[in-house]
Amino acid sequence: MKITLKNLTKRFPNRTKNMPDVTAVDNFDLEIPDGKLIGLLGPSGCGKSTALNLISGLETPTEGKIFFDSDDVTDVPPELRGIGLVFQNYALYPHLTVMQNIIFPLENLKGNKKLTKEQMKRKAEEAAKLVQIDGLMERRPSELSGGQQQRVAIARALVKTPRVLLLDEPLSNLDARLRLRTREEIRRIQRETGITTIFVTHDQEEAMSISDLIIVMKDGKIQQTDKPQKVYDDPKNLFVAKFLGTPAINVFVGSIKHGKVFIGDDPVMPVKGIENRPVYVGIRPEGFIPDENGGLKCKLVGVEVMGRDTSIISNHYALEGETIRAIVDSDQAPDSESGEIRFSVKPHKLFIFDKETEERIYINNED
Amino acid sequence: MKKNGFKAWLYLLPAVIFLGVFMLYPLIDVFVYSFEEGYNSASQTYYGVGGYNYDYVLHDPYFMQALRNTFILVIITVPLSTGLALLISLALNSIKKLRMAFQTIYFLPYVTNTLAVGLVFMILFKKTAYSDGLVNVLINLFGGGSVDFIDGPYWAKMFVLCFYTIWIVLPFKILILTSALASVNETYYKAARIDGTSRWRMFTKITLPMISPMIFYLVITGFIGAFKAYSDSVALFGTDLNAAGMNTIVGYVYDMLYGDSGGYPSYASAAAIILFVIVLTITVINLMISKKKVHY
Repeated sequence: MKITLKNLTKRFPNRTKNMPDVTAVDNFDLEIPDGKLIGLLGPSGCGKSTALNLISGLETPTEGKIFFDSDDVTDVPPELRGIGLVFQNYALYPHLTVMQNIIFPLENLKGNKKLTKEQMKRKAEEAAKLVQIDGLMERRPSELSGGQQQRVAIARALVKTPRVLLLDEPLSNLDARLRLRTREEIRRIQRETGITTIFVTHDQEEAMSISDLIIVMKDGKIQQTDKPQKVYDDPKNLFVAKFLGTPAINVFVGSIKHGKVFIGDDPVMPVKGIENRPVYVGIRPEGFIPDENGGLKCKLVGVEVMGRDTSIISNHYALEGETIRAIVDSDQAPDSESGEIRFSVKPHKLFIFDKETEERIYINNED
Repeated sequence: MKKNGFKAWLYLLPAVIFLGVFMLYPLIDVFVYSFEEGYNSASQTYYGVGGYNYDYVLHDPYFMQALRNTFILVIITVPLSTGLALLISLALNSIKKLRMAFQTIYFLPYVTNTLAVGLVFMILFKKTAYSDGLVNVLINLFGGGSVDFIDGPYWAKMFVLCFYTIWIVLPFKILILTSALASVNETYYKAARIDGTSRWRMFTKITLPMISPMIFYLVITGFIGAFKAYSDSVALFGTDLNAAGMNTIVGYVYDMLYGDSGGYPSYASAAAIILFVIVLTITVINLMISKKKVHY
């Protein structure tokens, strides 16, 4: 099912008296395509959980509208929206068995939707099988591992065959290994059911690895909505560029002078049609090429060999941040571990941003 | 290991001594007295050993009256006070404005002097030369005849006693239950709401099981407390409880020891042991039920 958000805004009254309201979600205009896995990505406190709660109906928007396909569900209570929600702490009922937990939503059905005991059991078993916990039906949540609890929570959300599945930080309570496995699992479950799924995360790697579409948020505003690779390759502003990618992008204070990009006083790349102005220059770690004749003169700090790649750690006076981390092929690694190192730059890995607005300035060097 | 054991006992010694001297020894002593016929505490003598004391107590109409009163009191006040406390706590938990004010009001009786509460009950129920008491005024207003709650028929007196007991124990139960309710994680209710759970089902399937440990705690301590009731009865009906027909088991024990007809420690011991056995049995049953019903 397609979800459309129109001018969606949520303001909370400030806890401190006489202070302006806090805008958690600011004027969202968004169309979420049917049957996709969408990652809602942003740092903590950026309003992504509030956005999820608005879609679920647990919060009512201050302004704006929410559409499921063509139905306006803005004023529809959560239980009638046909959503499944998985909470960050799973919210499994501790006194009920796995089976009773999964069956719980079905027991609430009334009227002509009411199911017989047999039908409920069959549906619960189907959901359990889908998330591969069918052998644990008689256990209680306290007897399950974090990953298993997570699966039970997903099964409980899926058992009513919701139109939308919402996951709030689904992986944050799991250890690193389990996180990798579980995110594949979420991907698989989403593919198998074809249910439009939105998950909230602050982990860019998580969002990048499994989403069909990433929505990057900051301070309640959507920064960019794109396919994961596109968000990485083509960030709309400095925040998005910094937020995605490990190691993070290297940001320098620079300028455009006479048709060239300068980092400090080092010319790194020609540009066409951009007037002289101060800018931020961002270069992805894989955008550096060690080059004796390169324009960017850096002070070498160290070399880390990591098998396939080598990361060159260096410093530059115009750098915003601690050190420059450049990732190069092992055979390009410098011989010494100190002294000066010069880089040339891969043009498509370099982005420039307006110094004031931090918006991307697009470079077009072709005629 | 051995040294550690010695150390542990050393640290436990103060508690062990006090418990031994003031709890364990008297308990054993009472048990022994209850089988010694005609024990005299002054001369430390007795005629013989046997079940005579129990036989006497169990055939004493005053004891049977006390036993009946105690059981009625327990059966009426424990469920009622716990249920009422739950209702009030739920109400307190669901309001936002003035919640603190109401919590304070409901807790006030707990810190109020028993005599002050007694005075309030006097105004409510006591017949004097000038008035029949506030409750009677109300009854008259609705066309009923006056009832003497303090010196009148048995059920009127029992009603006042139960009312008083519930009033006294309510604040503590409300305190425990409101904090138990507040500690239930909000996300359970959110999850339930998303699944379209009715309010009643949320209460029976989520709230009740979640706070069940606390409810069972209150029921068990409530039973024990009500079985040991005595002061409430004295506060309402004075010290001659046998004459008022409102004696309790603990009251009977006291009367046997120090009352006007007192000086019979053997009978008192036998009555005390009977009470002990009753409370123990009820508590064990309670615990067995709670093991079945309270999970996690």
